Formats: sequence, structure tokens, C-alpha cells
Amino acid sequence: MITRMLAALAAVLVSVVPAAAQDPDEVATTLDQRINQWFTPVSDFVGSIIFFEVPIGDVNFPLIVGWLVLAAAVCTIYFGFVQFRQVKHSISLVKGDYSDPEDAGEVSHFQALTTALSATVGLGNIAGVAVAVTLGGPGATFWMVVAGILGMATKFTECTLGVKYRNEYADGRVSGGPMYYLSKGLAERGQPGLGRTLAIIFSICCVGGAVGGGNMFQVNQALQQVVGVTGGEASIFAGRGWLFGVIMAAIIGMVIIGGIKSIARVTEKVVPFMAIFYVVTGLAILAINYDQIGWAFGQIFAGAFTGEGVAGGVIGALIQGFRRAAFSNEAGIGSAPIAHSAVRTKEPVTEGYVALLEPFIDTVVICTMTALVIVISGELGSGLEGVELTSAAFASGASWFPILLAIAVVLFAFSTMLSWSYYGLKAWTYMFGEGQAQELVFKAIFCAFIILGASVTLDPVIAFSDSMLFAMSIPNIIGIYLLLPVVRREVRQYWAKIESGEITKFKNAAAEA
Amino acid sequence: MPGTFIIGFDDTEAARRAGDFAAARARGEEAALHVVMVLEWSPYSFLSAQELEERHARRQDELARAAQVIEPFCEGLREKGLTVTSEVRYGHAGELLCEIARKMRASQMFIGRRGGSALGQRFLGSLAITLVQASPIPVTVVP
Repeated sequence: MITRMLAALAAVLVSVVPAAAQDPDEVATTLDQRINQWFTPVSDFVGSIIFFEVPIGDVNFPLIVGWLVLAAAVCTIYFGFVQFRQVKHSISLVKGDYSDPEDAGEVSHFQALTTALSATVGLGNIAGVAVAVTLGGPGATFWMVVAGILGMATKFTECTLGVKYRNEYADGRVSGGPMYYLSKGLAERGQPGLGRTLAIIFSICCVGGAVGGGNMFQVNQALQQVVGVTGGEASIFAGRGWLFGVIMAAIIGMVIIGGIKSIARVTEKVVPFMAIFYVVTGLAILAINYDQIGWAFGQIFAGAFTGEGVAGGVIGALIQGFRRAAFSNEAGIGSAPIAHSAVRTKEPVTEGYVALLEPFIDTVVICTMTALVIVISGELGSGLEGVELTSAAFASGASWFPILLAIAVVLFAFSTMLSWSYYGLKAWTYMFGEGQAQELVFKAIFCAFIILGASVTLDPVIAFSDSMLFAMSIPNIIGIYLLLPVVRREVRQYWAKIESGEITKFKNAAAEA
Repeated sequence: MPGTFIIGFDDTEAARRAGDFAAARARGEEAALHVVMVLEWSPYSFLSAQELEERHARRQDELARAAQVIEPFCEGLREKGLTVTSEVRYGHAGELLCEIARKMRASQMFIGRRGGSALGQRFLGSLAITLVQASPIPVTVVP
């Protein structure tokens, strides 16, 4: 295993070591140019289809965002506002009230939820929100929350399907995701050809999204933060992005190729604390400025319905909010069902109820908090954007925050990359079959893209990977629409069993009686 | 009162000593023995996506491995002419031992205490302290 890992790493390094010998700037430009030349037409073509925009007033509305929000609205209505009615039941499931003690040692609802969350909580909540309020004004926050709440119903649907059609292998492994519910679910409806086609399209996009949005974008943003706190232009990494890329690729490679679990385990332990720390710091800043919270909410509501000072007015604020919410919580993208599918439950719909908490925590709680801090800090309109804006806003309340934020961004990026390497791998093995050789090829490609993502600023590549990420929602949501009746049947059966007493609480039974 | 004695087992020498000690007492009182092995587990721990996929398979392995160590131990006690039952559980050792004690209406509990490393001492020490403070029945800690 170790030799194989070294071989893969060596293969990855070969492409970079010559670059190290020469002037890094020069190599970066030429490599950048070469890839740009080759890639721009491809990226433009894919991007122009996926991010096809229709003009509404002064602004362009990307249809893909409408596609995601429409699906969320349809799921919300179809399941009778499940995200409002069943939250208490969701929390009860996460607490383990319905978990059979005999199943101790299996994947719990809590574990499936936190693993899926670790893949979505990250740059979207820190950088994405800043982008939304910069371009869409404070009012964008309101629409982001609306999209987040609607997205809860999409997550409910896709994660229920993920568990229902998952694969349980003879050796005890469990895996699922859109590729399985698309192929198996549509085969049940008598459309095996369509199902298989959609599953393949999804898998291609998922691999693209994994190496792009789940990898290059992450390492690129992490690098910018690291350069920022290690002295900007004077930083050892300034102009030497490849060095940062090689380090990150080596660490990721050790985990996914070398199977060194301790690194992953440490990150996975630290990341939840980072997330909690981020939220606590945000709440502390809000508590210090408690007298301005009312005013900030006023700004958010006023902005949402007047669109004052925003390009495109109300519609402009709405688009930015919707778009960033979709980026952040990934509802309808189809990534979360892959993580949620391994849970131990006899009823697929229970995981749906748990999964609907994900957009709530991610978008409604964490994004709103970030937005409030930015609005209250008065940094909005200072010319800063992205992570820098969030960093400056938090620094206004806690001066040491930027360093901590940089560490958090690197860790979030790292955990997001680990999660996406897994999502991508599942899609890859769906297409090429399971086996050590196939897996190693994907993992080596994944590591190579880390170095690429850090060493060059490839706007077209990043645009391309974003398109791939969003393209995942096209086959996924078609599948969701076609399989809605299946989920409804599951819901009815589940509640019938609860009413008949076939499913009861194992813990805290008295609390609800 | 004959009743049942619970032995907390974890495949250490200390646990075996506790077993021998309990066996001697059980023979005198004609009590039955119930051997409990707890695999530490929290449903609120954090796992990676890969670990989620493999969890079920891993659990099967862990249970098989536990059975391999607990069975010979029980067999050894049975050879002494005692009635022995056993179970392997996932969870928090302190909580589970107390729960099982209550459910079985056991009369006594025996656990081992390992010298050895500071970390191990701390871990086992905390189990002993938990049981001393929370157990519904008398606990004997065998050094």
C-alpha cells in the first residue's frame, strides 16, 4: 500500500518538481496560459449552458438557480411544509430517541448528519455570505434564509431516496447516493434506460464537481487566506502556490491513498469545534452589539423588499440570496445523500427528517449570523469582498479573529476536500467499477488537481467546476420529481407505523406522552 | 441469596484476575456468573464518510473479535463448574454495567484494575470511580 501511495505521489510530483527548479512566476504564467487556452472554450461552452441567464429587469437570472429553488418549492408543497411540521420529530431522531439499543455501534442519525454537515459548512458560510451581501445588499440575507428553508424539503426528499435505494454489499459496506436511486428507482418505474443515463450524467458531473468545487476552489481560497496571514506579499507562499498545493496534496494523499486515518480523524475532531467556535464568536459579537441587532434586521427586511442601492433592486437581492444559499447548503445538488445513506435505520424517511436540519443549521443559522455580523460591523461597502469582508467584520469585534479564521478556512477546506474526494470516488466507481486500481486512478487525479488548484489562478477552470457542481442538480432533480410518489408512500407507511405503535421510542418515551 | 454476579471483562490480565476472584466467591455462594464486555462507543462521535460506509462491516468484525476473546474466558469459568452467560455490548462501560445490573437484578459486580500506563490507569480508574459512585449493587475492584 505504501509503495503504491509513493508511486502515485511521485507521479503527481513529477509534473511539479521541474516547476520548482525554475522561477515559479514564469512557470505559473506559462502553465496558466497553456491551460487557459485549452480550457476556456470548454469552460465557456459548459458554463453558458449550465449558467444560462435570462434578463429580468436590469439583472440576469441564472436559470439553474431557479431550477433549484423551484424544486425546493415543489417539495415543500408536495410534502405539506414538512420543514415546519416535523422539526420536533427530527430533533427527537437525532437525539436517538427512536434508535434501537441493539443497534449500538452502527451509524447513528447524529453521525450521518454531522458528517454531511462537515462537507457543506465551510467557505460557503464564510465567503459566500459576504459575496451575497456585497452584491445583493443586506436584503440578500432574507432571500438566502427563504431559500434555505425551502431547501430543507429538497434535502428531506433526496436523503430519503438515498437511504431507500442504497446498496448493502455482502461484506457489510453500505453506500448510496443519486446514482443508485436514479438507476434503481427509475427502473422500478419501468424506465431503466432513462435511470441509467441520468445516473451516468450525474456521476460525470459529480467527479467534475469533486475535483472542481470540492477541491480546486477550496485549496485556492485556503491559499489566499494563508498568504494573507503569513505576511501577504512577503509570505513564503506568495507566488509559490504550487508549494502550498504540494503540501496539501501530500497530506490529502496520505489520508486517501495511504490510508493514514489519524490525520483525517484529527481534522474531523477539530472541524466541529471550529464551526462551534465560529458561531460562538459571532454570537458574542452580536451580544456586545445587542442594541444594533434590531436595526440590522430592519436593514435586512427593508433591503429584501425595497432593494435599495442594489443593482437590480429587489430581484437583484433575491438572486444573490438564492444563489449563495444554493452554493452553501447544496440542497438538490445530490451530494448529501451519499453521506446520509450509511445510517442504520429500517425506515428511509427517518434520515430525510434528520437531513432537513442540514440547510437549517447551515443556511438559516450560520449564514444569518455571518450576515448580521457583517451588517453590524459597518464594513459593508468598504470595498472588501469574499473572505476578507467576513474577516474584517469579525475583526471589528475581536482583533485576533483573522488568524483564527485563516486556520478555520484551511481546516474547513481540508474537511470539505476529504468529503468530496469520497463523493467523487463513489461516482467514479459507479462508472468504472469497484477495485483498487480504479480507485487509485481517481485518487491520484484528485491529488493532482489540488496542486493545480493552488498553483494557478484559473478562472475558467473554477467556473467550469462550479458549472459541474450545479449540473449535478439537473439529473438529480429530474429523478426527485419522478420519484416523489415513492417518498410520499414511505412517509405514509412510516406514520402509519408510528400511529399503530409498531415504531416507538426507546428513550425519553414519557417526554412526549 | 444466590443471585448473579457480573464480571466486567476487557481481555486484560486484571479482568481475568477479577474473573478468578468472582469465580471463587460464586462457588461459595452458588451464584451464576454473567460476563459483560463493553466496546466503547458513542452515537455522538464524529466519523468521516468513508468510516460511515464501513461502519457496519467494522462492527461485525469487532463483534467477531470480541466473541473470540470472551468465549475462551467463559469456557474457563464453566470448567470450574459454574453457570456462565455472557454478552458483548456497544456503549459507555459505566452506564451499561449499571443498566445490566439493574435489569438482571444481579447481586454483585466485579471489575479488574490495571496498573500499567498512565493513560490506561486513568481510563480504568474512571470506570471504577463511575461504578463506585453510580452502581446500584456492590462493586468489587480487583487489583
